[in-house]
Amino acid sequence: MEGSISFTKTLIDISATIAIIGVSLSVMILLYRAIKGPTNADRAVALDVIGVNIMALAGVIAILLVSTQFNDVILLIGILLFIGTIALAKFLEKGVIIERDMD
Amino acid sequence: MTRANDLILRTTTSLIAFILLGFSVYLFFAGHNKPGGGFIGGLMAAAALVLMYMAYGLNAIRKVIRVNYLYMIFTGLIIAVGTGVGAFLFDAPFLTQNFGYFQLPILGRTELATALLFDLGVYLTVIGVTMTIILTVADDREES
Repeated sequence: MEGSISFTKTLIDISATIAIIGVSLSVMILLYRAIKGPTNADRAVALDVIGVNIMALAGVIAILLVSTQFNDVILLIGILLFIGTIALAKFLEKGVIIERDMD
Repeated sequence: MTRANDLILRTTTSLIAFILLGFSVYLFFAGHNKPGGGFIGGLMAAAALVLMYMAYGLNAIRKVIRVNYLYMIFTGLIIAVGTGVGAFLFDAPFLTQNFGYFQLPILGRTELATALLFDLGVYLTVIGVTMTIILTVADDREES
């Protein structure tokens, strides 16, 4: 019993570490697109996906630290990412984020 | 130039703004025992309001939400100071807090603390300051 619990813990540690390395590589590649991207829309999409990767990173770190306190943070990152992406998209398309009168 | 159609953004906003306001209220009440509190709850409520302003425009939301955000700052500060001054009524030092256990109808036995009232002041102040800054910046363009 004791052996199987420690074996599961090692398994979770190893797979979380592998997941963190994978997400970090993905963020590196996305950073290349965010810096090099030919158009502004490329940079906006790259920043959006970097945010999604950061959500994944927070989730994996919550597993690694055995804590439930990160759940609010993950939801918070998602909401702020959504609002930021919408603001960026409106700015790229219309040049103004909060319009005075829309119709 | 054809006029842009924001149907998807508006439909999503009408659904998501409710979730955001609910999450903000949850963070506000969860602040005593878990991550959260008045500051981040107020920021979430401000995010929901900004999303509504982005989807529907300044004038439409001004007709719906008839709140002067400057007065909201004053209300929040008065509540926060009032909870501190209220301690004088019980011969206690400034900003003394207290708590007690009450039997509420639905929630059962609940711990109610006076720190919640101070948090309410912080919540209103944060919403007021954030929305004042954002709407002042958004409003500076002359009508063309």
